[in-house]
Amino acid sequence: MNAREAILARVREALTVPGPGPHQRAGEMAGHGATTHTAPPPRGSLPVLALEAARPWLPDGGATPEDRLALLADNLGKLKAVFHRVPTIHAAQDLLFSIARERDWKRVAWHAHPLVEPILAGIPCATHRVDSAAALAADLATDSTTPKDALEACDAGITGCDALVAQTGSILVSSATCGGRALSVLPPVHVVVATPEQIVATLADAFDALRERHGSSFPSMLSFITGPSRTGDIERILVLGAHGPKELFVILVG
Amino acid sequence: MPPHPSPTATPPGPHADPSGDAERGSHGAKKRFLHDAREYVRDTDHRAFLRRALAGYCATRDGQKARYRDWEHARDAASLAKWNAVNRLDEMLVRFADAFEAGGGKVHWARDAAEAREIILGIVRAAGAKAIIKSKCMTTEEIHLNAALEAEGYGVVESDLGEFIQQLRGEPPFHFVFPCMHVRRGEISKLFEEHLGSAPTESPEELTMIARRYMRRLYVEADVGITGANFLVAETGQISITENEGNARLTAALPRVHVALAGIEKCVERLDDLAVLLPMLATAGTGQPLTCYNTLYGGPRAPGECDGPREMHIVLLDNGRAAILADPEQRDSLQCIRCGACLNVCPIFKNVGGFTYGTTYQGPIGSVITPHLRGLGDWNHLSQASSLCGACTDACPVRIDIHHHLLHNRRNAVRAAPNRLERMGHRMFAAVAARPRLFATGGTLFRRSLWFLKKLRLPLLRDWIASRDLPQAPARSFRDQWRHRAPPAVARSRPATTGSDR
Ligand code: SF4
Repeated sequence: MNAREAILARVREALTVPGPGPHQRAGEMAGHGATTHTAPPPRGSLPVLALEAARPWLPDGGATPEDRLALLADNLGKLKAVFHRVPTIHAAQDLLFSIARERDWKRVAWHAHPLVEPILAGIPCATHRVDSAAALAADLATDSTTPKDALEACDAGITGCDALVAQTGSILVSSATCGGRALSVLPPVHVVVATPEQIVATLADAFDALRERHGSSFPSMLSFITGPSRTGDIERILVLGAHGPKELFVILVG
Repeated sequence: MPPHPSPTATPPGPHADPSGDAERGSHGAKKRFLHDAREYVRDTDHRAFLRRALAGYCATRDGQKARYRDWEHARDAASLAKWNAVNRLDEMLVRFADAFEAGGGKVHWARDAAEAREIILGIVRAAGAKAIIKSKCMTTEEIHLNAALEAEGYGVVESDLGEFIQQLRGEPPFHFVFPCMHVRRGEISKLFEEHLGSAPTESPEELTMIARRYMRRLYVEADVGITGANFLVAETGQISITENEGNARLTAALPRVHVALAGIEKCVERLDDLAVLLPMLATAGTGQPLTCYNTLYGGPRAPGECDGPREMHIVLLDNGRAAILADPEQRDSLQCIRCGACLNVCPIFKNVGGFTYGTTYQGPIGSVITPHLRGLGDWNHLSQASSLCGACTDACPVRIDIHHHLLHNRRNAVRAAPNRLERMGHRMFAAVAARPRLFATGGTLFRRSLWFLKKLRLPLLRDWIASRDLPQAPARSFRDQWRHRAPPAVARSRPATTGSDR
């Protein structure tokens, strides 16, 4: 018997002995102690809680678009991310350029995206596109660290996102739509550009948005980013920018 | 910096021995536990330090819990999601494995720690790895992976800040969520000075930046990245990793090969289950609305993606978990999502610290599962190290009946190895208690001779008296006092007299 079959056999064998039902204590199992509850449900007919049922118990995600926007802004603030709402692409550009000048960026990384591209046009520093033909070619050369080095040397990564989650203040990025896996986490600053329509209420809604967008073949990585990278490992004192970005900007256009 | 008399200078705990696995000298673990517990309890500085750190946790957690519209019902939902997966684990595992392999990754199965180490070593060898980077994963601690990799000459660096500090200190994690919560900043500064040549500093921020700078080259140069997994989603064949620092994201983004190690109990059925479990894990574990990065991986980089590993492997580890599953009474302990909440609220943990347990998983949940994973005979003493206050059970986001399981372990241990002396004592007491006259005479005798018994230091009493004061014997028995009690009206108007008034 190979390991897979051996483990599965052990598991099946173990499960032939019925255990307590959900929310039952061992002592409450039928025939096990003084209090006799209904016997645990037979296998195959187990009650699985519909997420809809759990939703009203979790933190609120906002009922209207206004609620959601306010909640998102509030949560991002608490997470020490910087939230801006601007009316036009042009205003977003001005904002980004001023951030770039203030921090004296030498080089920013970006990926092809309908919001990122126009905002970046004319930025007063060098740019590095992670999904350009040249970067991809360099990556194909095995053992080359060139593309990683290039990204590592950038001062900021500018990306789009798949959704913004009001409930938790999270940004959903994917490897297929947000410039791969490293762009949103390797540079010390992450700037996310999004539109108000991308705001969803809860994590569950974000999963729905994902299914809508990608069907059943998801990108190889999906990540909920909730504030700038942080650690409390030293005396439980909060420090931002542990390994990922120290600063996180969310620019909402429109 | 005040000198810190912490006993951590010589790391106790059997896992200090890197080759050690499940098998270990039988009474060694218990002896060591008692010894270390005594040392730690005496170290009042250390206890105050832990308490301060954990008080902050409680405050933020309570603030976050208040944002749930109904925390108790949310716990039911989280518990049900895990209950469902654990009670259909065979089906979940098959579905997960099939879906994951459809995404281009490879699934490996490991019956025990040795098999898991061999599989991972095989992957590392095949990759021709020169440098390995790891993100925090308790399951790799469980199988002593680092020691096995180092024995073959592979360098491996822990990227999580807390784990990195513990790696430099040559210690296992102190707490499975906060690995170095017992270490002071001054000690970390010294450690970094010694190993990384950095300038001394008292600022947690600067210390964090020193580690950050040190690690960045390593991410770029590593060929293999090793991570754990918090959840295995059967529906979609994805693994979910929860972290705050971004180190796991980098570990799974830059190296050519990504290996994840996970216990078989990590399954959940649906992606939607995570909409409940991820916030609960964060709130219970660290008091956050959501941990900073919650990332799902369905395989290596997909066609059209511009980076990510070329290969992804997942190793599914049994190592005693099926044995817990086979015990229906304690099956729910496999629902554990390793949030660490039960440690943070445990009065024993706060006093004896994490190393004293001598286990991979410390605290109440560790005391429940370790006897199953490593043998009840050797690890049953952990179940005695509890006041049975139930704070752990109250804190658990997936409603594991932790403190009752400690009782179950005690009962099982007594069944397996009955204590003759104790049983004889109970029998004698039963015989006496059933005979009122004998009981009265015995009571009088006992009251009169208590001072003498104290002096005798009988073997059974000795341990008990060592940390407690025997009460003064009352002059009159309860029955005597009851018979001669004052009339009820008077009794109500003043506090009852107790024997200790004398
Ligand atoms: S037993 Fe419960 S509280 Fe303890 S770590 Fe596991 S999930 Fe958290």
